[in-house]
Amino acid sequence: MAKQRVKFTFPPERITQPLIYNMGRQFDVVTNIRRANVTRDRGWVILEISGETAEIERAVEWALNQGVRVDPIEGDIVAG
Amino acid sequence: MSRLRGLQCRECGHLYGLLPIHVCELCFGPLEVAYDYDAIRPLVSREAIAAGPQTIWRYRALLPVEDEPIIETYAGCTPLVKADNLGRLLGLNQLYVKNDTVNPTFSFKDRPVAIAGTKARAFGFDTFACASTGNLAAAVAACGARAGMRAVVFIPADLEPSKVTNIGIYDPTLVAVHGNYDDVNRLCSEIADKYGWAFANINVRPYYAEGSKTLAYEVAEQLGWRTPDHAIVPTGSGSMFTKIWKGFQELHRVGLVDEAPRTRMTVAQATGCAPVVDAFDRRTLNVAPVKPDTIAKSLAIGNPADGYYSLKVIKETGGWAVSVTDAEVVEGIKLLAQTEGIFAETAGGVSVAVARKLAESGRIAPDETVVVYVTGNGLKTPEAVADRLAPPITIAATMEAFEAALAVDQRGAAAVA
Repeated sequence: MAKQRVKFTFPPERITQPLIYNMGRQFDVVTNIRRANVTRDRGWVILEISGETAEIERAVEWALNQGVRVDPIEGDIVAG
Repeated sequence: MSRLRGLQCRECGHLYGLLPIHVCELCFGPLEVAYDYDAIRPLVSREAIAAGPQTIWRYRALLPVEDEPIIETYAGCTPLVKADNLGRLLGLNQLYVKNDTVNPTFSFKDRPVAIAGTKARAFGFDTFACASTGNLAAAVAACGARAGMRAVVFIPADLEPSKVTNIGIYDPTLVAVHGNYDDVNRLCSEIADKYGWAFANINVRPYYAEGSKTLAYEVAEQLGWRTPDHAIVPTGSGSMFTKIWKGFQELHRVGLVDEAPRTRMTVAQATGCAPVVDAFDRRTLNVAPVKPDTIAKSLAIGNPADGYYSLKVIKETGGWAVSVTDAEVVEGIKLLAQTEGIFAETAGGVSVAVARKLAESGRIAPDETVVVYVTGNGLKTPEAVADRLAPPITIAATMEAFEAALAVDQRGAAAVA
């Protein structure tokens, strides 16, 4: 069982949509939210996604295709 | 009584032991080294520091090392230059440049890397790694060489050849990754998880980050144990920016500086990658990631890990976040070189250009003490200015040819005057 910790950032037009719920319905992954913040113009959620590695990758790919930005929870790792 | 309390979550406050971890298991917030300042106070004095090595390790009592042997790379104790010529142009009488171009691998990164490497070795890691577009990679590779540790460095495959040389000379395992910036990010996160290596700015990041506090300690010591009115800091991830403020505060807490710091901390970014500036302008603490597009590659971090914390520091200190265009960056590099003889890389051009903007807008009073942080050497980014300089005067090898060219040159200079 693999785990990936990611930050989802939602564009304004996606804030009110239950994307994480839908991701859990469509893919065999468990989502565990640790922190989140939603404002008028954007939202972010820090969560852990558990499941088989390939399934996590498919789920993340789906989220990307929905317009969600997906980042490691550390922020950008490639430094100057 | 130990100086170090442990690693503390910056979000929920949970305390952990001093381990090579960087994320809170409860809320996934970032971890930071927590100190017992009451235990540190009796261990430090101005005299003891003055008698210490001419490197960052003179401030060892304030750094996250215990009894382990340090890796001495001779980082730090760089000049604080009184920039009278530049100051005169900008109308600032107490302008200083903190010149970190002269560190061992020619950027400020030698500071945090010396600490990260020391801790990595103490924790028993045999491999020291990072993902970088330049400065961090060179610092990690050099530190690894000096410590006798294997260094593995990940770079984007399209990195400029000169930078590849600057890193490769120390003979690390150099991995050039094809793909966009996000691809490299994701891969390195997965590798860090899987391989159990000490990644400077991932699993040993809490220790790594503390090295930037020495940029505050040194400035205060060089100013005669006082803190400046303004600090202008080129900002990528925001780590250095937040740690400089932490450093100023710590000096007061342990009694090295008499007055509580009132430094206005200003973030300086390039317009083509200014997520902190954008959030500041929108009056929000929520940083929206951006796609970097700027010549200031060392600051090209679109999703800054310390963006939120940087905005909090700006709010707390009454500073600003200001961006400048690439053209202004180039002018900043030239201005610094042609007034003070310091050749900075693009990040330094950013901070000089922002200082100019603040001065011109009247946000800095003429007699306030201002420190502009210049974090890397211009030889790292020569292409940024190479075609913006006056070409050499080319002559035949005769006195006649020289004097003819000189006459033309002097007439041209007189016409301009």
